[in-house]
Amino acid sequence: MQMPAPDARTLGRKAAIVARLREVLPADAVIDDPVELRAYECDALAAYRCPPLAAILPRSTAEVAAALKVCHAEGVKVVPRGAGTSLAGGAMPSEDSVILGIARMTRVLEVDYADRIIRVEAGRTNLSVTGAIESDGFFYAPDPSSQLACAIAGNIAMNSGGAHCLKYGVTTNNLLGVTLVTMAGEVLEIGGAHLDAPGLDLLGVICGSEGQLGVVTEATLRILAKPEGARPVLIGFDSSEVAGACVAEIIRAGVLPVAIEFMDRPCIRATEDFAHAGYPDCEALLIIEVEGSPAEIDEQLALIRTIAERHSPVEFRESRSEEESKRIWLGRKSAFGAMGQINDYMCLDGTIPVSALPQVLRRIGELSAEYGLEVANVFHAGDGNMHPLILYHANTPGQLELCEKLGAEILTLCVEVGGCLTGEHGVGIEKRDLMTVQFTPADLEAQMRVKDVFDPAWLLNPAKVFPLAASAGRRGN
Amino acid sequence: MRPTTEDDLAALIRSANGPLRVQGGGTRSAGGEGELLETGGLSGIVLYEPAALTLVVRAGTPLAEVEAALAAEGQRLPFEPGLMGGLMGRNGASTIGGVVATNASGPRRVQAGACRDSLIGVRFVDGRGTVIKNGGRVMKNVTGYDLVKLLAGSHGTLGVLTELSFKLQPIPPATATLILPGLTPARAVAAMSAALGSPFDVTGAAHLPGTGTLIRLEGLAASVAYRVDRLLVALAPYGQAVVERDAAALWQAVRDAAPFHGREGDVWRISVRPSDGAEVAARLGGEVVMDWGGGLIWALYPAGMDARAQLAGIPGHATRIRGTSPGIPALPPEPAPVAALTAALRAQFDPRGILNAGP
Repeated sequence: MQMPAPDARTLGRKAAIVARLREVLPADAVIDDPVELRAYECDALAAYRCPPLAAILPRSTAEVAAALKVCHAEGVKVVPRGAGTSLAGGAMPSEDSVILGIARMTRVLEVDYADRIIRVEAGRTNLSVTGAIESDGFFYAPDPSSQLACAIAGNIAMNSGGAHCLKYGVTTNNLLGVTLVTMAGEVLEIGGAHLDAPGLDLLGVICGSEGQLGVVTEATLRILAKPEGARPVLIGFDSSEVAGACVAEIIRAGVLPVAIEFMDRPCIRATEDFAHAGYPDCEALLIIEVEGSPAEIDEQLALIRTIAERHSPVEFRESRSEEESKRIWLGRKSAFGAMGQINDYMCLDGTIPVSALPQVLRRIGELSAEYGLEVANVFHAGDGNMHPLILYHANTPGQLELCEKLGAEILTLCVEVGGCLTGEHGVGIEKRDLMTVQFTPADLEAQMRVKDVFDPAWLLNPAKVFPLAASAGRRGN
Repeated sequence: MRPTTEDDLAALIRSANGPLRVQGGGTRSAGGEGELLETGGLSGIVLYEPAALTLVVRAGTPLAEVEAALAAEGQRLPFEPGLMGGLMGRNGASTIGGVVATNASGPRRVQAGACRDSLIGVRFVDGRGTVIKNGGRVMKNVTGYDLVKLLAGSHGTLGVLTELSFKLQPIPPATATLILPGLTPARAVAAMSAALGSPFDVTGAAHLPGTGTLIRLEGLAASVAYRVDRLLVALAPYGQAVVERDAAALWQAVRDAAPFHGREGDVWRISVRPSDGAEVAARLGGEVVMDWGGGLIWALYPAGMDARAQLAGIPGHATRIRGTSPGIPALPPEPAPVAALTAALRAQFDPRGILNAGP
């Protein structure tokens, strides 16, 4: 992975920069010890590592602003970091950058059930937002699979989704306001507990900007009353095409499941070996979850059964107990872990129009054979958000490169059929150089102009999202 | 000027040497200066995949045409956009581009999101005359910055929309509306909060003067019946609700602020946190329609008077939708740093300041 050459002047001024940061932050909030800095050298895209110049861990918006003013004055690059769970390298540092970690800012600032909002500091983990309100019957809907660890700040930066976003939407649909600190150290309040923007929808463009427009320190989130219950059903098919057709028909029928998950044979086999969930031996299976009271669930599942039976499923397994529900989800939830047992893997997350599903699955099979690398498919079928897992051996020379090449072909395919490079993980460094597949130079220029407005010197997370060649003139190297 | 292709539109903007007033059906625009640039020539559905709940449509297409095409397949735009012609006293066919340019979102906004939440892709021509696309036609997409949201509600100031992609919703087989008569605004907001904070998936919560407080449920038939029963119990402290099976006309009245059509006075649209809705109603004193559980207030206010001045200390914003008054801006003033960002964004996308440069 190519990264810009570090700025020699910044490297040479490390001691002075750290000293200035110590002037505005408590002693324990500035880390420059090389051993301690190793904790910040990568995120969940662990194939790429680079220790930062320093790391800072502020405890308040005021401290974030003070630290950014110093970095701005010094012309030092800043890489914001939530919990470091990005699969795209969104929080990967460069040698000449300061990591700004928000993990110490975790407080709940306000809960208001009448207005159905919660305001939190952005370092709070996704799951603990729901944790703060679930005893009162409420939850925060976006549920990325890293939700135990990932921070709201990172969710906002990447506009994270999750298995249940088919019904509830992704982060941007559940975010009402943020406190944003600009690279210059200015504190802005964007949005709030009301539902729409007075002027331009700045919140909309901040969400998903991968930490390039500002550092989000607080967020107002929409919360919802928990449904009375939920129940999954597992449906097995003897072809992926038929499973895809069944998904399309369910969506058309007006049932709105909260989740429709898809697994293909390689994925089913691997998870069976690993988790023993008792999945049927078939080409493709769907896990569909619906919500409501018991009677409402019955009504929806009856409709789903009627539709599924038109597609001759090899199995239709409806959960009748909490225990059975857990077993149905067990394999899906351990899919990534199961793959990790067999091999190293690379997880892509391109999205395709659901109508292109059979065609794309067939082509991925062909590419897999050509490259000699197995690809297992597990994904959110209701919205076309694929998650092909390419298996490879990191210790075999050349395999990572081969895997990345296959990944690029699959993502290009996603774009060609009318989809996109990434549905919920973000671009980061990983897909940066594929952006030209999806966007014209004018499209990219329009996006970079937005960054010019928020961060004219391109100091915030600069070598991400845009192809290095496209952003070179702006980054100054 | 009425271009019929995106390329023609781009050429027109490149060669423009004065301000342009971008207009779809002319039912929503605030007016402004410059030569009229109509988008009605950029019309028609580009792609409609009912099985994928996806629509791609040119921006000048009449909203009615879009809604008819979707209804023929049992689908709809989730965000229930209103028609402003009646309120503004204008004839003309609202276009889908005008809906997006104003982020027009009706009562279902509380459950299904705003226009900007259903909008998944845009093509537009910026003030330099450059064609730009963002987003696409898939529901989940985090590839690059989300200019789709930025363009929704930008009132044509960043670019002229040419093509829009939406995610759609199947029209549910059943619907029911609970009507609670005679509540004060404060009790109405409390009742709406109770309903919206229940697990019963309320798709509308509004207060319509003279009619009552409305709570809407939609879905499969047995499910709607079950939730009606549960909500009747939950809302019993607020009175005995009447259950109406076909209340479409009432929801349309809320959506379009129908009580104020043809009446004297200015109309203000006020967005606050729902629990402040009753306080807003009390301070304004006159007639209000409350939507979004109290979070959206349409107010009829004496002509030329500053409703915004009454709302000091209440977070949110107020826009004068109808009426003119020297010295009282229609759009809410923004805090200086936010206003600076807005101005800088406009300067990036429209450096000559020619697009809808008016008030």
